[in-house]
Amino acid sequence: MRRYSVLALLRESLTGHRGWERAWEDATPKSEYDVVIIGGGGHGLATAYYLAGQHGITNIAVLEKGWIGGGNTGRNTTIVRSNYLWDESARLYDHAVKLWEGLTDDLNYNVMFSQRGVLNLAHTLGDVREGQRRVNALQLNGVDSEWLDTAAVKRFCPPLDVGAHARYPVLGGTLQRRAGTARHDAVAWGYARAASARGVDIIQNCEVTGLVRDGARVTAIDTSRGRIRAGKVGMAVAGHSSVLADMAGFRLPVESHTLQALVSEPIKPVLDCVVMSNAVHVYVSQSDKGELVIGAGIDEYLSYAQRGSFPVIEHQMGALLALFPSFSRLRMLRSWGGTVDISPDASPIIGRTPIDNLYINCGWGTGGFKATPGSGHVFAHTIARGEPHPLAAPFALDRFTSGRLIDEHGAAAVAH
Amino acid sequence: MLTIVCPHCGARDQTEFRAGGEADRPRPADPFALTDAEWADFLFMRGNVMGLQRELWVHAAGCGKWFSLTRDTRTHRFAP
Ligand SMILES: Cc1cc2nc3c(=O)[nH]c(=O)nc-3n(C[C@H](O)[C@H](O)[C@H](O)COP(=O)(O)OP(=O)(O)OC[C@H]3O[C@@H](n4cnc5c(N)ncnc54)[C@H](O)[C@@H]3O)c2cc1C
Ligand SMILES: [Zn+2]
Repeated sequence: MRRYSVLALLRESLTGHRGWERAWEDATPKSEYDVVIIGGGGHGLATAYYLAGQHGITNIAVLEKGWIGGGNTGRNTTIVRSNYLWDESARLYDHAVKLWEGLTDDLNYNVMFSQRGVLNLAHTLGDVREGQRRVNALQLNGVDSEWLDTAAVKRFCPPLDVGAHARYPVLGGTLQRRAGTARHDAVAWGYARAASARGVDIIQNCEVTGLVRDGARVTAIDTSRGRIRAGKVGMAVAGHSSVLADMAGFRLPVESHTLQALVSEPIKPVLDCVVMSNAVHVYVSQSDKGELVIGAGIDEYLSYAQRGSFPVIEHQMGALLALFPSFSRLRMLRSWGGTVDISPDASPIIGRTPIDNLYINCGWGTGGFKATPGSGHVFAHTIARGEPHPLAAPFALDRFTSGRLIDEHGAAAVAH
Repeated sequence: MLTIVCPHCGARDQTEFRAGGEADRPRPADPFALTDAEWADFLFMRGNVMGLQRELWVHAAGCGKWFSLTRDTRTHRFAP
């Protein structure tokens, strides 16, 4: 892999940029791998990268049914934060934020991680109490977090309407300054390039159609490009997790729903932070291209269609205009949906399955982009060692039997 | 927007309904006899079918009736 640098850019500019090599190898499947990762989203690609880089396993394939990053990784609103209430979540998500902070250098690929700050608004006395409690819990866990009163909110985010006449009065907010956004495609491409350089085969247009079992082990994987034998298998297929689990003969506590997002026409910089409101239910940031990126909650009914319904969009636009009346003249450019895997406690599932050599990473639902580096890192460890990484251990599938849930619904109650 | 047929009121907009999730999940006949694994299965595990699913809806902003129907989760089309 030739390194990207200012020098390389200058050199290439002299020769009309004809010397750049492919960022990563489009591999054809071999007949056998030590580890096969199913799903070429950010989580699967990151897992392969850390397996190859930190655990000395290099005979690895990532199987992706479409194109890498074409699932939720390429469809999300890119908010990265770690202000989760419970100890287990705060540790896991903050592990990810720390990796984000060095990711561009680590991958030699600009993932455009922008720590512009995420502001969570409080509109009721209940919101205020919950927000302040969360700030305290986060500080105890060593995660940066502060409480802003109404005037400080206005200073931090001037376009926000905090006036007394506002439909939803702003009584304050929590701020995580280390939080922000990153470039979603770059995360998939950067991990793919770095993994490929370490010998990982990235195989696109390769849909897994069945798992061949010998007792409690998977021995091979049937794909649209033939049968592939595997020593260990890790699945990171987000909204399709139940479909894969069904092939392996077990059920999962997740439901697949559509989560939609939309962007406005590009405008000059107006918003230099991320604003989220759980109560009014919308979140918004401005992309580097100038578009407002707007999201909210899932469609209520189960769906694999990657297509949502209009009432949800109408609701989130109403919420946006209540917070930012000045956006009322903006036209919306396009909307889209992704299939997200919602777990009962809004926390991910990472670890072993009833099948000995099959490992699972799913249940990230509406908020797994932020965790991409951390998720790949702990999942790689879990697969390589055959036992959970300490940060992943509380998130095992058996918590639904033991009753030890990590109930982040109460803590966040909003999609992001 | 889906058009959902309430057995009592006929075809109405989706916004009048709430989704009730997977149908045909009977409560355990003898709850005290269940193991932890059986409880986990009843409370948390789902078919999460990609394809035709039997599911519950309630006509919340209408007559209030709960009913079940079959829908393709890939296309959102209701089976006749
Ligand atoms: C609209 C929207 C907004 C979001 N906003 C945010 C946000 O702001 N912040 C945040 O942290 N999270 C957000 N999320 C959630 C986030 O996108 C996901 O949690 C995260 O990207 C999941 O990554 P992944 O790699 O696990 O899944 P994906 O990127 O979905 O990758 C899974 C891959 O598996 C492949 N696959 C499926 N079945 C098979 C098969 N049988 N064989 C081979 N391959 C298969 C798919 O094609 C897909 O590419 C959002 C999601 C959506 C949809
Ligand atoms: Zn009715």
